[in-house]
Amino acid sequence: MNGMSSESLAEFAARHGLTQSAARPRLRTYIGQVWQRRTFIWNFASAKTTSMYTSSRLGQLWQVLTPLLNVGVYYLIFGLLMNTKRGVSDFMPFLVTGVFIFTFTQRSVTAGAKSVSNNLSLIRALHFPRASLPFSYVIIELQQLLISMIVLFIIVLAFGEPLTLHWLLIVPILALQLVFNMGVALVLARIGAFTPDVQQLLPFILRTWLYTSGVIFALGEFSKRLADHSWLIEILKLNPGSVYLELARTSLIESYRTTDLPRWGWSDSNLWWYAIGWAIIAFAGGFWYFYRAEERYGRG
Amino acid sequence: MAKALKEKPPMIDQQPEVVLDDSRDPIVVVDGLHIVYRVYGAGGNKGSAASALMRVVRREGRPQMKEVHAVRGVSFIAYRGDAIGIIGTNGSGKSTLLKAIAGLLPPARGGVYTDGQPSLLGVNAALMKDLSGSRNIVLGCLAMGLDMEETKKRYDQIVKFADLKPGFIDYPMNTYSSGMGARLRFAIAAARTHDVMLIDEALATGDAKFKRRSKAKIEELRKDAGAVFLVAHNLDVIEETCNRVIWLDDGRIRMDGDPQSVIKSYTEASGK
Repeated sequence: MNGMSSESLAEFAARHGLTQSAARPRLRTYIGQVWQRRTFIWNFASAKTTSMYTSSRLGQLWQVLTPLLNVGVYYLIFGLLMNTKRGVSDFMPFLVTGVFIFTFTQRSVTAGAKSVSNNLSLIRALHFPRASLPFSYVIIELQQLLISMIVLFIIVLAFGEPLTLHWLLIVPILALQLVFNMGVALVLARIGAFTPDVQQLLPFILRTWLYTSGVIFALGEFSKRLADHSWLIEILKLNPGSVYLELARTSLIESYRTTDLPRWGWSDSNLWWYAIGWAIIAFAGGFWYFYRAEERYGRG
Repeated sequence: MAKALKEKPPMIDQQPEVVLDDSRDPIVVVDGLHIVYRVYGAGGNKGSAASALMRVVRREGRPQMKEVHAVRGVSFIAYRGDAIGIIGTNGSGKSTLLKAIAGLLPPARGGVYTDGQPSLLGVNAALMKDLSGSRNIVLGCLAMGLDMEETKKRYDQIVKFADLKPGFIDYPMNTYSSGMGARLRFAIAAARTHDVMLIDEALATGDAKFKRRSKAKIEELRKDAGAVFLVAHNLDVIEETCNRVIWLDDGRIRMDGDPQSVIKSYTEASGK
């Protein structure tokens, strides 16, 4: 027993150069750590995708079948039963592009919300920057989207739209959307980690978002009715849910770009700025917001 | 008297005094540590979307949420070269304490100070049982923080150590016998060296032959590690491997000292 020492354990630890083990690293260190984990992020995503389909007989074929079946349902309802064209020259490519692109954001948000709360055992067993989890879950959706895109290209071509150089723009569009989705997924990962109820609410929020984003009807056609409220139209256009899918439509569907948009007096030049702006704001803000709670994720 | 901790009154009589020993090199300092974690009640009334919305708006937690106070004011110092056994009944907070030392559970109060990064020996949570053994080796190594190159370098060694039946490495892990699965998990976990190694019942798996080999492997890892913490119910294993034993009781340290005397009091207290 060493008698009258008044040194506290924390001071003793500090004098010997020990550091707190559950402390949050500095932002710059943290970014470096996430970057070092990129192979893990990608491999974890691929492994999850493979494991998701092992229990079904057709296996990963479902990755192609699911979007195909979705298209079939939309064709049946909107193409044959309702026979709505709603002021769009080529409705099926318009609809399928909208649905596939919006689904990417929708599924990324849902997956992000459960990425931390569904992996508590992993968080409580191993060290890694927790942002790897929402990133991984968005990568899973990206892998799914890339397969859906092949289906989409075939459908757009099958409905007689020409293959043009504009198609190349789909790459930067999806890249920007991916960055945006990661940002939103990070925000929801933190909210979902501490308030699991969000997972119950999300379906309602996302459905409302779907209806206001012009996925199954043309915002341009709708805006004719709002002619005296031009600010409202601007807000509808600013909605990130519609920005990325409108850009995808102008890139893939020639009739939409050359006939429909000019008829509504719209152009896609502003959309690019919105797409870049939303991606930067969502990613930077989301990363910062997620990082601020890094050391608390294990508590559940 | 030795340095007593600035704790709230009810804790003082529970915690043996911590002695600061400047002649040795401390590697882990646990200072008045409290761990509280939340559990959500299973099933029950999830409520409607509207009531869920109101809870989110009012920033309330789920109604069935309970807080578990698993570690209640633990303090001790581990020095370089220590192999510390942690014993106690089920639910006494042993595994929680290990996870807190590893920095995986944030402290509610107090703190853990370490030299280097303590890590748990175990990757079970990162593995996916419907994927092949070889895929899980890669996944497990990456999850432990190795890069692809290091993973490839260690791959053959892991396969050899796990000693699976030929061909099984390409089968999904859920086709493995429990022994084979445990061997592969241990082989993956042991592929990395650790500054401070935390082992939770890892020795209790596999047949006699594998137990011998895993013990040898742990000895080997111990030489590279600065300190080892071992949680096990098998008191013989603790007495053989450790030079110090901490007895946890209901989240508090009941006794801290040399293996023989602590284990003796522990067996007397738990009776017969």
